[in-house]
Amino acid sequence: MTDGNVSVPSERDENSEPGGNSEPGGNSEPGGNGEHGGNGERGGNSERGGNLVEVRDLKVHFPISRGVIFDRVVGHVKAVDGVDLSIPRGKTYGLVGESGCGKSTLGRALLQLTPPTSGQVTFDGVELTTLPPNKMRSMRRRMQMIFQDPMSSLDPRQNVESILVEGLQAHGIGADRNARREIITKTLDAVGLPKWALSRYPHEFSGGQRQRIGIARALVLGPDLIVADEPVSALDVSIQAQVVNLLDELQAELGLTYLVIAHDLAVVRHISDTIGVMYLGALVEEAPGDRLYRAPLHPYTRALMSAVPVPDPEVEDRRERILLAGDLPSPANPPTGCRFHTRCPWAQPTRCADERPVLRQIGDSRVACHFAEPIASGELRPHKVTAQLTRPEDEGETPGVVSAPSEPGSFV
Amino acid sequence: MALLDVEDLSVTFRQRGKRTVRAVDGVSFSVDAGEVVGLVGESGCGKSVTSLALMGLLPRQPGISVGGKADFDGTDLLRVDRRAMRDIRGRDVAMIFQDPLSSLNPVIPIGRQVTEVLTRHRGLSGDAARKEAADLLDRVGIPDPTRRLKEYPHQLSGGMRQRALIAIAVACQPRLLIADEPTTALDVTIQAQILELLKALVRDSGTALVMITHDLGVVAGMCDTVNVLYAGRVVETARRRPLFAEPRHPYTVGLLNSIPRLDAGRGDKLSPIPGSVRDVLPWADGCAFAPRCDRQVEACVGEPPQLVLTHTDRTYRCVNPVPAVGSAPAVAEPAVEAGPGPAAEAGPESGPVGPVAEVDPVAEEKQSSVPAPREEESA
Repeated sequence: MTDGNVSVPSERDENSEPGGNSEPGGNSEPGGNGEHGGNGERGGNSERGGNLVEVRDLKVHFPISRGVIFDRVVGHVKAVDGVDLSIPRGKTYGLVGESGCGKSTLGRALLQLTPPTSGQVTFDGVELTTLPPNKMRSMRRRMQMIFQDPMSSLDPRQNVESILVEGLQAHGIGADRNARREIITKTLDAVGLPKWALSRYPHEFSGGQRQRIGIARALVLGPDLIVADEPVSALDVSIQAQVVNLLDELQAELGLTYLVIAHDLAVVRHISDTIGVMYLGALVEEAPGDRLYRAPLHPYTRALMSAVPVPDPEVEDRRERILLAGDLPSPANPPTGCRFHTRCPWAQPTRCADERPVLRQIGDSRVACHFAEPIASGELRPHKVTAQLTRPEDEGETPGVVSAPSEPGSFV
Repeated sequence: MALLDVEDLSVTFRQRGKRTVRAVDGVSFSVDAGEVVGLVGESGCGKSVTSLALMGLLPRQPGISVGGKADFDGTDLLRVDRRAMRDIRGRDVAMIFQDPLSSLNPVIPIGRQVTEVLTRHRGLSGDAARKEAADLLDRVGIPDPTRRLKEYPHQLSGGMRQRALIAIAVACQPRLLIADEPTTALDVTIQAQILELLKALVRDSGTALVMITHDLGVVAGMCDTVNVLYAGRVVETARRRPLFAEPRHPYTVGLLNSIPRLDAGRGDKLSPIPGSVRDVLPWADGCAFAPRCDRQVEACVGEPPQLVLTHTDRTYRCVNPVPAVGSAPAVAEPAVEAGPGPAAEAGPESGPVGPVAEVDPVAEEKQSSVPAPREEESA
């Protein structure tokens, strides 16, 4: 259903244009939409190295409007406010952060599901933000999404075959019914679902199996990039591992590139090569997984790492907890300077409140902190921070309203 | 004598035309003052129903039957009448729920929701109650408490709401606090704050805490004793450290191996438990975990596995447990296991519920002078 969300609305856009329907065949440039394109093409891609995705100074601002008859824009929620990142081909980029930090919005903006306010997103050398809708639509075949809640992102009235075939039809993959069926059966097999699943409906499956259907739906089009937004957080712990392993295996087998968005650091750490930590719409630190765990440089990353419970009493008892004071400030009215300075135990009076730190390279990490080195060397000591009150109402309902039509399962 | 002694608790939901569901199927555990006891399990293992039953919050209607005993300082929480329960609930036993937005009343200011408890149980009113409420909010770390009193739940953030809920729960200094997934709806940094707060409450006031969670990480950091639940029964009970160092029940082992750990490397393969929580065998027909278990043997199916006691303050419900590191008891236990079999059969039809209570004495005999862990805990 949600994948339908990805492709179907754009299909409608096109249908409203004259001749839209004849297009897909014409502009299906990236080779072999006819056969089950993915494989051959992916082979070609993996030979080329480099980055599959490059994001430059991406911003997504949602207007906050007030007023009864005429809406006045009274401010903006800066959900994503200047993010740079690149994802190498065949690797996994993990994006972590707490709720409201803009990680999901970033993922959606990357796929152009939420139009970015400014900035560039380059996918395999093609600039997406300026791509005309019909080209964008055929591009979508190569970038797919896996959603958090498999129950609400699968249409309860579609059986599995119909869910999977929808994307194939929309992109004109597979010559006839039999060819499509073959593609679908192969995909089902790849995600570990039995063949009889084809005629079943989502409610007949368990949570883990439903998520497999969601993965199959993304996979069936033979994409290069998969954006997985909280792929396991709705699942039971014993099932999480199955899905995490499946994602790993698929990557090894098909050379997929992942952007995994999750709040669970342990999951992200397990699956990612590089991890980006977001706080209030911006990356505060980006580092290889090991490095981030062993030597987090940004104070927020340190606090985050120390807050994640580890299922081992020995570790738990020895760990030093950095407790952050208060809640995440409102993204509509973020603190000046370093966004973290209101809660930062290492905040300094000199630069933190006035000057917004930029990501800079330290070793193999990128950190946005003025005092990363002295903190790492222990020269600066943490101090006590008093909690400042954050009001949820400041965060505004508007982002919800703006993004509602593209929310899973809600398109009208 | 422990503060709370739950014995053989069972909750059954019957509905005409539907399968009878035994959500809780003979759960026993005990909690001492100042102790944190964890109930861990996945969805559907009966951990929340256990807490609702203890709080007397299950609807009293035909079709829902609660069996067993929950002895709280001499009172059986499952048998007291509603009026007496209302006196106990909130004063002696309090509960913290998972989702603070749906457990706080959205149209009543926080202040009134806190003072309500104070008025009902401590007879405070007016300014005295308001002052006490502000103190409580302050104690749980809500900044500017006097102003917060006039605000509504939607005006607070998730973490603050959970703090308000905790303030209400601890308002009368209850002797027992039941926390049902208190941090599941929160972000990790907020979760850390709330867990610290709960730990401090237990430490400072000697409140007993029953921590219900699915997160083994939370358990590792908080609980003194851990009960692992599966399909409505306790499958393993142990002190915190031994449980994590040396889990014996295959389900516990499976859980521990399947969670991604922050301190593990990239690409360390997880070993998930196959199947899903739906693939259960009814306990009456054998071990509910057998269909997903990699140590399944013939004895797993046929009759329900009995609780096995070991010398090391631990019980588990398994015929073919994962061997202990010091291998001696691993040999001894199956022998113990063989003993109770006929004894359990002798109790006719008490099958699914009975064995726990029945077998304990038998196993105790076999293990000669070793007292049952539960008794040890309560001593």
